[in-house]
Amino acid sequence: MANALVTGGRVSLGLAGALLALAVQAGGSPFVTPGSQAAKERSCVEATDFMRRNHMEVIKHQRDATVHGGIRSTKHSLAGCIDCHVARDAQGQVLPVNDEQQFCGACHDFAAVRLNCFDCHATVPAPAPGKAAGSAGQALGGASPGSSLPPGHPQPAAR
Amino acid sequence: MKNPSDMKNSSAVIDEGRRGFMRTAAGVATVTLAPGVLLHTLAHAGSPGQGGGVPRAEPVTDAVRYGMLIDTTRCAEGCTACVSACNRENGLDLQEMPTGADPALWDRQESRWIRKVKVQDNLTGHVSNLPLMCQHCEHPPCVDVCPTGASFKRADGIVMVDRHLCIGCRYCMMACPYKARSFIHANVEEKLTLAPRGKGCVESCNLCVHRRDHGQPSTACADACAAEGHHAILFGDLKDPASPLSQALAKLPSRQLRENLALNTGVRYSGV
Amino acid sequence: MKRIVYREWRLAPQRYWGLLALLAVIAGMGGLAFWYMEHQGHWVTGMTNEIVWGTPHLFAIFLIVAASGALNIASIGTVFGKTTYQPLGRFSGLLAVALLVGGLLVLVLDLGRPDRLIVAMTSYNFRSIFAWNVLLYTGFMAIVIAYLVTMMERRLKGYYKAAGTLAFTWRLLLTTGTGSIFGFIVARQAYDTAVLAPMFIVMSFLYGLAVFILVLMFACAQDGRPIGPYLLKRLKGLMAIFIAGVLLFILIYFLTKLYGAKNYDLVNYYLVSGGRYTLAFWFGWVILGLLAPYGIIMHPALGQDPKWIAGASALVIFGGLASLYVIVIGGQAFPMTLFPDKTILESGFHDGVGGQISAYAPSLPEVLLGLGGVAVALLITAVGVRVLQFLPESLADKDIDPHAAVKA
Repeated sequence: MANALVTGGRVSLGLAGALLALAVQAGGSPFVTPGSQAAKERSCVEATDFMRRNHMEVIKHQRDATVHGGIRSTKHSLAGCIDCHVARDAQGQVLPVNDEQQFCGACHDFAAVRLNCFDCHATVPAPAPGKAAGSAGQALGGASPGSSLPPGHPQPAAR
Repeated sequence: MKNPSDMKNSSAVIDEGRRGFMRTAAGVATVTLAPGVLLHTLAHAGSPGQGGGVPRAEPVTDAVRYGMLIDTTRCAEGCTACVSACNRENGLDLQEMPTGADPALWDRQESRWIRKVKVQDNLTGHVSNLPLMCQHCEHPPCVDVCPTGASFKRADGIVMVDRHLCIGCRYCMMACPYKARSFIHANVEEKLTLAPRGKGCVESCNLCVHRRDHGQPSTACADACAAEGHHAILFGDLKDPASPLSQALAKLPSRQLRENLALNTGVRYSGV
Repeated sequence: MKRIVYREWRLAPQRYWGLLALLAVIAGMGGLAFWYMEHQGHWVTGMTNEIVWGTPHLFAIFLIVAASGALNIASIGTVFGKTTYQPLGRFSGLLAVALLVGGLLVLVLDLGRPDRLIVAMTSYNFRSIFAWNVLLYTGFMAIVIAYLVTMMERRLKGYYKAAGTLAFTWRLLLTTGTGSIFGFIVARQAYDTAVLAPMFIVMSFLYGLAVFILVLMFACAQDGRPIGPYLLKRLKGLMAIFIAGVLLFILIYFLTKLYGAKNYDLVNYYLVSGGRYTLAFWFGWVILGLLAPYGIIMHPALGQDPKWIAGASALVIFGGLASLYVIVIGGQAFPMTLFPDKTILESGFHDGVGGQISAYAPSLPEVLLGLGGVAVALLITAVGVRVLQFLPESLADKDIDPHAAVKA
């Protein structure tokens, strides 16, 4: 049952990806959001066409390894997706990756596949250490090892 | 769980019919990369792991068991530094009361991973202050009752919720002898990269699991307590006889809360 | 003995569709309540981190418990060979399935992530009694449907006894499972006792029978089908026995708890000092829900009147809801003993400071969701009796049991 769902989902996503490719081809715009780190890269963490069809499997595999095994070192992390694929507006503010016009949001909207990663996960990268005023780094709570300072307040995500 | 190469094979079968089509599309996007091309390690460019030690590459094992000793004689009355630090660390303070909610009701619906409790012995009148959170049992009732296996114990002794599997039935909250768990009663608009949380799942203290996975030495609450100069919370590895935690546990008399349930908790208290 | 003739429910279309519309509106309101709760999150309910299971669970558990009890009538006919009850077997099976569907619906729609129901079907933790219950519920449905087929299909008559025995065994397991959901909670004083499992079984006998009597009397009255006085006498006699059974188990429960000094405060809370829970226990459950219907049934004049028997059944149902209010919500509201022999003076998480009872006030969406489940159960029953032959044309004593007419 679950397998059938996953397979079905994969087929429909693949199909949706193909449709999107066609749509993008017609519009002449690239796959990645302009101005994102990803736009500067030659490929995603795996071959791009592989990722287009299988990113959910890759993320799902990584998710179990991270939650149960504590593995945080691999290139398949969702945080990595977000870091690389977010774009910024004219003011230099990061745009949430699931916004309608943004990388995850636009494609899932087009493919009509519900995206629920961001029910729980942050949609913008963690601010780099030192960038957020008065705090040292985001999600690690900022306290560097051995520091006795109470962790600074992490910068809230935009959405 | 499939590895990426398995997926490649299975998708090749599925994609047969669309290959030509995809090739055209891919051509436009100039993404026809052969395997083996140097891939950028994008995952960590500017990632949260920076400055916080090395992210874990190998699965956790039971060679360590994380735990705590709470010295209630050092825990100051009225001090809530550990609670604020936990809320900040895990983004609990980013959640706002939904518009239209009754503040008194919301106060009982909001998540709290750690709270301060003041207790008095009925006979002797002795008063103790202590922080109370998930006790990270060796035999956690919340794990036994969870129908989907979302509530689980990691190999290193951390009891936590896999939010991908949690269906929000709240049976674990019924079963926890320490009332350590919270249900997320409203949408979470703002969340932290390393502490994902969202509506409809149950959550609780996970001993700052993201810090554990980045090789950091302590937890937010323990750091905050130390910063206040109280040093009431000592975090460490229960299995390492040389760890400051094990040394302190060997010296100081301590107990488990609700020890009659024989859960072998990872958090121990002294002076209560 | 005459051959029993089963007939579809022949109500006038206006009346029938009116009834369906009414039930559909109530079910629809439950649906809207679900949508609202799911969209907003549980902050719109009265449920909190202290009272984690609220009104929806009260209704869901009542329906599930009543479902297994409603099947009893069929079981008595099949397993214990009481021919008087056999004509009621089909209706009993239908009602059992309908009540279970209604109850499960409420349970599922109250989940924090109802969209992940598939996870509950694919990812099992076999140490969890909850996971076992998922299997028990789905199994019950399948077995009862098969049992119904053996009743209705002449060629499968050979399997009738076997299917009935299996269904009876399964329903005992199911209610044991439901009671164990609470019985296995070692953390909370109000639970943590194996006596809850048999107690739930006896409660299911009673509540299921009361629902069965009431729905049967309504269905027959609407269609002008007679119910014989002897049959009613048997049913109400059964009800009296089950009432006595529930009273006995209440006594055993409190004696069990009273034996340990650590539970003196719990017993005191339920019987004396628990405020609304004490009221619900004495007036809702014991007096109105058990003693009053017992008195009616045993009364020489009132006990003969079908209207009073229906009233007694309604009281039992009311008492059933009160009992689950006492057990499910009252059990959680009792402050957990985090520190035995110590008093909590202050807490940042409402840990029953100074022995305070946790507050809970149900919100409208919760109540509507629960009532929606009841409406769905009745809707399934109403459609069932209309399209298939579940109900005998006559339940008059001479038609179902020739000896009975004489005895009565």
